[in-house]
Amino acid sequence: MTTMVLAVAALAIGTYITRLAGPLLYHRLTLPAAVVRLLPIMAAVPLTALCVTGALTEAGSFAGWARPAGVAVALVLALRRTSFAVIVIAAAGTTALLRLCGVP
Amino acid sequence: MTQNEQAVDREMWSALGALSAAAAVIGVSFGAIAVASGVPGWLAIAMSVFIHAGGAQFLSAGLLAVGNPVAAVVGGLLLNARHLPFGLALRDTLGDTWWARVAGSQLISDESVAFALSRPEGPARRRAFWACGIALTFAWDGGTVVGVLLAGSVGDPNALGMDTAFPAGLLALVLPSLRDRTTRDAALLGSALALLTTPLLPAGIPLMLSLAALALPALTSLRRDDPVSNTGEEGLR
Repeated sequence: MTTMVLAVAALAIGTYITRLAGPLLYHRLTLPAAVVRLLPIMAAVPLTALCVTGALTEAGSFAGWARPAGVAVALVLALRRTSFAVIVIAAAGTTALLRLCGVP
Repeated sequence: MTQNEQAVDREMWSALGALSAAAAVIGVSFGAIAVASGVPGWLAIAMSVFIHAGGAQFLSAGLLAVGNPVAAVVGGLLLNARHLPFGLALRDTLGDTWWARVAGSQLISDESVAFALSRPEGPARRRAFWACGIALTFAWDGGTVVGVLLAGSVGDPNALGMDTAFPAGLLALVLPSLRDRTTRDAALLGSALALLTTPLLPAGIPLMLSLAALALPALTSLRRDDPVSNTGEEGLR
């Protein structure tokens, strides 16, 4: 029990330091313009990677077809600039329907 | 407020509603799964409040439950390493005071960063970040409390397709920034790197590897380098 609490505390503190480091570093450092131009991309790249791996994999292997199909629906709707709420509900609904039909 | 600004505002609140609803449902499933796997209910709630990162919480709760606290901490920290580049990308979105940075940092998450960066830089982005961060905190922590209370009687959230809500919502949020060609090329290359290494490496490392794709825009950017500081006041810091 104590070990569990210590582990959670360590993870919480470590995560917070990771979060705080970015904003603090940005204000302490004078970054060359070339690096400043890269900063927005620095978030877009891991976020897109998180989206792609999250859509296709579960615990390191293929997640099944229902989830990527739902995300594909989200992609089509997002390209058509549908509202965010509709995109999320349609994507989750597609996955739910496919699972109901027996698609993993 | 002009009519256009009102429309943008309405869209922001409706997006926040959907984002919060999805976070709450996943929070419920986290609370229920953590308790079912043997993590005390109060500790599951503390995890949501203090760790405040869904992926790392699911991973570490599972590892804590099987008696592997070291793997829980290391695995969780690896998965959360992406918050460092997120914080850099936010630049001064959090605010200009030290307490805005100290308090706002805890609100940095995949969704709040994607949500904020999908807005134009300036007051609109700052407002979007704080609104999203606070809404998600209530939804995530509240959802966890409900999940802990309902543990044992919660059905499978995946049957409702809730596992799709996260990548789908994230996609909708990052898509506007992918309209820029440089960003899109780097993001696609980075995603390919992450996807190929996901079966081989521990969770979190493939996401950090995706940053190697920044070499692509870095080469273009360096070629037209001009020495201006990030504060716009050259040489002051």
